[in-house]
Amino acid sequence: MTERIVGIGAGAQAVGGKELATEDMVLNIGPQHPSTHGVLRLRLTLDGERITAAEPIVGYMHRGAEKLFEVRDYRQILVLANRHDWLSAFANELGVVIAVERLLGMEVPVRAVWARTLLAELNRVLSHLMFLGSYPLELGAITPIFYAFRERETVQAVMEEISGGRMHYMFNRVGGLKDDLPAGWLDRAGKAVADVRRRLPDIENLILANEIFLARTKGVGVLDRDTIMQYGVSGPIARASGVDFDLRRDEPYLAYGELPVKVVTRTAGDCHARFEVLLDQVKVSLDLADACLARLRELPPGPINQRLPKVLKVPEGHTYAWTENPLGLNGYYLVSRGEKTPWRMKLRSASFNNIQVLREMMPGHLVADMVAILGSMFFVVGDIDK
Amino acid sequence: MAEVLDLAIRLILIVAAFLVLPLVIGQTEHKVMAHMQSRLGPMYAGGFHGWAQLIADGVKFMQKEDVIPAAADRRIFAIAPAVALVPYLVVLAVIPVGPGLVGADLNVGLFFVLAVMGVGVLGSIMAGWSSGNKFSLLGGMRSAAQLVSYELPLVLATSSVAMAAGTLSLPGIVEAWEWWWLPWQAIGLAVFFIAGLAELRRPPFDMPIAESEIIMGPMTEYTGIRFALFMLAEYAGIVVLSALTTVLFLGGWHGPVLPGPVWTLIKVFALAFIVIWVRVSYPRLREDQLQKLAWVGLVPLALLQLAITGVVRVFTA
Repeated sequence: MTERIVGIGAGAQAVGGKELATEDMVLNIGPQHPSTHGVLRLRLTLDGERITAAEPIVGYMHRGAEKLFEVRDYRQILVLANRHDWLSAFANELGVVIAVERLLGMEVPVRAVWARTLLAELNRVLSHLMFLGSYPLELGAITPIFYAFRERETVQAVMEEISGGRMHYMFNRVGGLKDDLPAGWLDRAGKAVADVRRRLPDIENLILANEIFLARTKGVGVLDRDTIMQYGVSGPIARASGVDFDLRRDEPYLAYGELPVKVVTRTAGDCHARFEVLLDQVKVSLDLADACLARLRELPPGPINQRLPKVLKVPEGHTYAWTENPLGLNGYYLVSRGEKTPWRMKLRSASFNNIQVLREMMPGHLVADMVAILGSMFFVVGDIDK
Repeated sequence: MAEVLDLAIRLILIVAAFLVLPLVIGQTEHKVMAHMQSRLGPMYAGGFHGWAQLIADGVKFMQKEDVIPAAADRRIFAIAPAVALVPYLVVLAVIPVGPGLVGADLNVGLFFVLAVMGVGVLGSIMAGWSSGNKFSLLGGMRSAAQLVSYELPLVLATSSVAMAAGTLSLPGIVEAWEWWWLPWQAIGLAVFFIAGLAELRRPPFDMPIAESEIIMGPMTEYTGIRFALFMLAEYAGIVVLSALTTVLFLGGWHGPVLPGPVWTLIKVFALAFIVIWVRVSYPRLREDQLQKLAWVGLVPLALLQLAITGVVRVFTA
């Protein structure tokens, strides 16, 4: 698009005096703002509506999760760990139990492994659907979120049935899952997956190829590969810029090694590519969930967790467990001194790294694009501030 | 005496329409939007399918504290909602709903309508400036930028109709209307309606309000009854836009079987339904994209319509 400056801008250059000089305006987006999904704060410097500088200011929701990990035993840690990214509680729990099981040298029953994989994928669907609804809403399309929430309710019903929770499932335990899957649950989960797959095109047809949506997202907020590498951006955002990296395929955990994980990538790196990646990932996750369901049906009956001692002490050592969370790489660096609490557990959350890159992306865009970019960075404030 | 009474009745009817129609359209929006989004919408207020929801909202707004920010330019801030609302009331006075059924038959009705509607946007700019809030200021700026883009296509499209009818009087235009004007003035109809949506700041052209970007634009700092007046202005705007489109392009009261005023109302509500439908299905444009749409799309189309009208007029005359 060619851009021509007319009016006061062009005149001001010709005059060159101070009379017509304009002053930049500092605009604080947040910490309370409808499109920051919580309390992220962006300090924008504006020339008219054009952004000249952007600084993400984080920490308004800092709860000291890492420090709290050090004074809780391993069962209690799970409760804390599933809270930072409240849209993917199950995936957050996974990293912790994998790290602890690794240090304990504990083998998890095969049914638990498959059930965990299934629930992780359902959780991914839930998280992605949230953003598939909220992103169009930020661009002014008010309908897709209702479709997205209809699908979320469908999946949430089966998650709720097994765990009792709608957000913070707390279904993982060190050594397996809390309970066995209820009778007939696999069929209900299979039906939920089929329903979501059948109705997903509603969202797609409504918004993905809409002219205005394309105009607002194509070529906006382009993120290149180098910047992604420098800032440690991961997950769907990185894959939308052609970074073909997905832990489920490249460093398989749980049962992903036995599953054909299709990694969705795009090369454009703009807001539209990020939205497309998310949409396609939902389809991939639904397929993976189906594969897990099929496997779970075939598995012979057996335990779904390990008996744990009353006081769970993890032997001295350290390990790093990372998982492909819905929003990107989520890693826990666990250091144990052989006590019943970790000596240190470092949390590497996806959104924290992903959001830092905003200062590179924003300048040069308009305030309206700011919302398009911010929404397409798919973050959860709890995941940034921990 | 009879004349005074006649005038009084007309004015009372206009004020009544002005108070009732926007509420009806607002309620329709609640319900239509809800059903398009697989929800129910208001169900409780008033009993039957939440028919009294907007009345309840109005009562609530009236009870709220009317806050004026310390940094605001108080006088401008206070009168801005009125400036936004009153023009639509005035416009309603010259819109004919049936043969002879018009508040005031001005022979320059079209000019009058366009001039008065142009005032409405000032309310938004005034609110944006006087609120002493950066988001409001951005919203006001966007309103002003939007004004530049839709006003010209709006005027060009209406002048095509005036040319076709050979009069500027609104009842005159409806009387001159024939069914084949529909295809003849189709481009003008589309241009007028789209530019009108931009004038009303309705989605997909609601950038001045854009709640996900600049909170509520010029209305950010408004509370209570003043905020309600802004909302009323928006829905009154829908009534006026739909009524004007009906009168100028859809033949007003013309229609078979049913009496004229009923036809006018049917057409108005059909158009209002489209306004709501568009809101449900489209995202929001960006300010510069609207300007591009206006100058690259609407203005040339309106000029083309003007040329077509001129040619047809010359050959049929």
